[in-house]
Order: sequence, then C-alpha cells, then structure tokens
Amino acid sequence: MEVSAEAKRIMVVALGKLYSSRLQRGGLRLHRSLLLTRVMKSARDIYHAALATTDVAASECERRRTPETTAGPDGGKPELEAFRSPAPGTEEVAGAPAELRRLRPRSGAGNKENLNPNDPGQQSRKRRAKAAAEPDFLPRKKAKLEQRPGPPQQLVVTSALMDYVHCGGELVTHPAPAMPLQRAVAAC
Amino acid sequence: MGEDTDATSTLKNLGFLPDHNYVTEADIISTVEFNHTGELLATGDKGGRVVIFQREPESKTEPFSQGEYNVYSTFQSHEPEFDYLKSLEIEEKINKIRWLPQQNAAHFLLSTNDKTIKLWKVSERDKCPEGYNLKDEEGHIKDISTVTSLQVPVLRPTDLMVEVSPRRVFANAHTYHVNSISVNSDYETYMSADDLRVNLWHLDITDRSFNIVDIKPANMEDLTEVITAAEFHPHHCNLFVYSSSKGTLRLCDMREAALCDKHSKLFEEPEDPSARSFFSEIISSVSDVKFSHSGRYLLTRDYLTAKVWDLNMENKPLETYQVHDYLRSKLCSLYENDCIFDKFECAWNGSDSVIMTGAYNNFFRMFDRNTKRDVTLEASRESSKPRAVLKPRRVCAAGGKRRKDDISVDSLDFTKKILHTAWHPTENIIAIAATNNLYIFQDKLNSDMH
Repeated sequence: MEVSAEAKRIMVVALGKLYSSRLQRGGLRLHRSLLLTRVMKSARDIYHAALATTDVAASECERRRTPETTAGPDGGKPELEAFRSPAPGTEEVAGAPAELRRLRPRSGAGNKENLNPNDPGQQSRKRRAKAAAEPDFLPRKKAKLEQRPGPPQQLVVTSALMDYVHCGGELVTHPAPAMPLQRAVAAC
Repeated sequence: MGEDTDATSTLKNLGFLPDHNYVTEADIISTVEFNHTGELLATGDKGGRVVIFQREPESKTEPFSQGEYNVYSTFQSHEPEFDYLKSLEIEEKINKIRWLPQQNAAHFLLSTNDKTIKLWKVSERDKCPEGYNLKDEEGHIKDISTVTSLQVPVLRPTDLMVEVSPRRVFANAHTYHVNSISVNSDYETYMSADDLRVNLWHLDITDRSFNIVDIKPANMEDLTEVITAAEFHPHHCNLFVYSSSKGTLRLCDMREAALCDKHSKLFEEPEDPSARSFFSEIISSVSDVKFSHSGRYLLTRDYLTAKVWDLNMENKPLETYQVHDYLRSKLCSLYENDCIFDKFECAWNGSDSVIMTGAYNNFFRMFDRNTKRDVTLEASRESSKPRAVLKPRRVCAAGGKRRKDDISVDSLDFTKKILHTAWHPTENIIAIAATNNLYIFQDKLNSDMH
C-alpha cells in the first residue's frame, strides 16, 4: 500500500506542476511537461498494478474464508475488515485515474500544439525555409476540462493534496505551492 | 588535484545585496563561456544582458594583478517579447553564448534566448578622427562658403571605447525553446537546437535556415523524448551530436542525408533494472553534452552523474562519475521542490584530463580522469576570501560520522545551485556561476596543464 500511496502522491504533484506551469513566463516548457506526464503515467500504471494485486489478494482471501465459517468470528472479522477498508479507497482513487484519463489528451505534450494527426502540414517533413510556413504553431482552441461528476471526488483530491502539503519538504527550498494547487483543483 | 590545488579566487559581484538574501531575478547568471583564447569571458543573465570580462595582461611589476578578469563591456542582448499568435511571453533570458573564432581585430559572439539568436560584434575604438572638412567639431555640417582650405583628417588617440553592435538577427526559425547553439569548425555555419528540431544556419544569412533534425512525431501524443543539447564536432564539420531526455546520444553525419533524423551512432547505456524508480526517467535525461577538445570523447551530464563516452563505443560509457549520489534516496523530495528538473552543465579542461560540473550548496566537483581523484569545492563569499586557497569540502550522509567542516546531506542548501561552469581553453582557470555571482578561480601553482 505504501507504493500505491506514493504513486498517488506523485500523480497529484505532477498534476499540480502541470497546472502551475501554464502560468509560467515564457510559455509551457515541452521538456518539463513531457517528463511530468511520463512520471504521472508510470505512477498511474504502478498504482493500478498495486491495486490489482490487492484486489486479487482480497478476493483470494474471501474465497479462502467462506469455507472457514467455523473458524471463529474473532479471528475472521478483523481480517475481513482490513480487506474491506481499501474498498472506499479504491473508489476514491478510481476517481483520480479517471480524471487523469480525461486529462491525457490535453497533457500529452502539455502545450497548445495541435493533436490532430491529420494535419497536412505535418505529413511531409520537408526542410522548411521558415518556421512561419508551418501551420502547427497556430493555436488550437481546446475545450476546457470536462466537469467531474459530483463533489466527492473533488474532496478526495484535496485530501490527497493535504497529505502532500504535510508530508513534503524535508529539504530547504522555497515554500511548497500549496495555495495555487488547491486553487487549481477547485477551478476544475 | 585535491589538496594540491592552490586555487585563488576572484569574486565578481554582479548585483548581490550583502545585507539581504534577496536576489534580483534578472541578475541570475544563465550562461558562461570563455572565448577561444581565454582572453575574454562572457556571461549572460536572466535579464537578457551580456557582460564580457577581459583578462588583464600579466604584469611583472604587480604579480597579484596578473591574469585578473575585469569588466570589458556590458550590453543588453535580448529584450522580452510577446508572441501575439500564441499569446505567450518570450523570455529575454540568455540561454547560451558561443564565441566565434577570432578572424580580425573584432570579436564576435552568438547569444540566444528561447527563440532568437543574435550575432554581436565587439570592437575597440581608441582613436577618433579629427579635422573634417565638411563637419565642424560638434558634427554639424559646415556652410560650404566658410571652407577656404582643405585639411587631411587625422586620427587622434582617445580613451578606449568598447563598442558592441548587433550584426545579425536569426529569428522565426524555432517553434520550441532553443536550448543550444554551436559554431561549426568551418567557421561559416552554426546550428541551433530546440526541443524537437535542429537548424543549420549560415552566419551571413538570416532569412533562412536548413532543418537538419526533426523528431517531432506526427501526433504529439506519441511524443516520448525531446532534444536537450546539441554540439558540433570540434574538427569534423560534418559531424554533430545531440542528446535526448531519455539519456541517449546521437551522432549524426550531415554527409549521409539532408535530414539527419537517422543517426550514424547511438550511444545508450542499458538501464539497470534494479535501480528503477518513479524518477528513473527524469534523472536519466541528459542536461548537457560536450565534445572533448580532441574530438575523441563526449562528456554528458544527467541529474546524478557525469559520463565520458568514447565515440568508438556506443553500448556504454567509458567512465561514470557520481556527482552527488547521496541525493539518490532523496529523489521524491527533489521532485516535489522541482530541483530534479535542474539542468547542470559540464566542462572539460584544456587537455581533456579533468572534467568539472556543478552541484548544490554552491558546490562544484572536479574529476581527474587519470588519477581517478576527485574534489568538491565551494563557491561562496564566506568560504573563500579573494586570493585564499579553496578548501576541499565533503558531504556526509545524515547521521554519519562527521569530520570538522563536513556538511550533512540534510543541511545542503538546494536554492544555491551551480548550473553553469566554464573552463579556460588552455589554462587552469575556471569560471563558476553561483546564482547571481561569478567566481573565477585560478590555479597558480600549476598554471600549465597536467
């Protein structure tokens, strides 16, 4: 569970950094956005993998438990409860990856470059005399993030952010940007 | 190396307020570069300014002032701009400066911000013509009727003036942020690299450039790596190398094809599966690549290590140097405070026997490739008075046995980072940029290269 908690924290931090990088002077930095996106994706994959193993372990445990009805309520109960407690957790976190999945098309490169594979300007990669001849720098208006259904998921992400705010920062640095993160999340 | 180094320091103050910790952001040095003789040293800062230092000629009468660098010229290279099409501000920060080899009395350098490269001419004027026939002393045109005799204007010596003028502006060729420029050994062309493309320019032609590398995928969602640095080979004008965010290096030969997407050689070290973590990819991104002076080796820097590669061996580096391995267990915190994205540069000494790179807490490290000795030194006012010998520093693990003057990992100041360093092309003189201060260290005992 430690791995999945860390994975969740890393995802949330990556999201915060991607959001705040939009406000940065000089525009989105492609390299940084790419690294953040890849870290986020790998954290998400590891998180899902960790969830899958706990689910499998939970279902195996329950299967083993049903023939042992005579084993005694005290022995059985605490374990059952222990395995049930991740269940609300899985719902919570299912919200976060779902949000990430919707975010993916936007944050693929973290910039305003068009994501249209049919752009004729990109098909033939001939040497160009001037970058002005390329159409790809024209801004494309992308729709804002879809509204996430219901407040509970918003609360969850904020609680994860509070974890991040409290746990981070062993090293001497500029203050952690807790405020902008919460504002950014609330703005969705 | 090590305790044998007798390095004296010369501090150049570029705007540090001694009573406050506050640093003007515009004064933060963003690039440092010696010219080909080492006589001139240029720095660029976040405010778009370039400051050039010149080395004083050695004087036998005043031994202590020999070889010191003093300000030669200061000028505003780039201004903040606004891209109206994308509604983006273009920072004026100077990303790189590269000197052209000197061909006449004037000096030329290229400076670049995120989008535009400029060629600057730096020349001296120490004479002024006097005695014009058609102009008076103030420069006003004389009334012809008052001219009754002719004289030959003469050049009279005046105070030395250093004039800087922009000779070329190479603009509108980069969609992404320019991270490198490199002058070719043919002295006619140079290249500029951004995140996805490398362009080849002729120094005299500003309205067009050739695109020689393009790694932009058809669909940006498929983007997996970006170009992080690029450099021409020091002797072979057809060869250049570029590094990627995935830790690979690609050597390209411009004779093979007009578009060098296909590399001639790919330098990549297989990943160690036991060291895999969330941050493996970030720390393997190459932040700087430099050819050795000989052209035989490549020096790369990623977040935790510096590596020397042999051009003849692609499957692994020749040497790997741990710059600050004690940070490996702190990667999560460094990710949260953004330090993991810091881009450190690296440098060779003139004989390619020593490599140097920066670290945190104003520390910088030098590794001797022959003796395998290394040293950690600090660039700070407190620890190095002018002309004092630098004392080697040591970082110990938290809670470990501490000697006097050791510093614990947890006490390191991560806001004090040395990202930019430069080594004189022939002598043991180094320039270290520590935020907004420039330190110049000279090795007095061993002035010749070892």
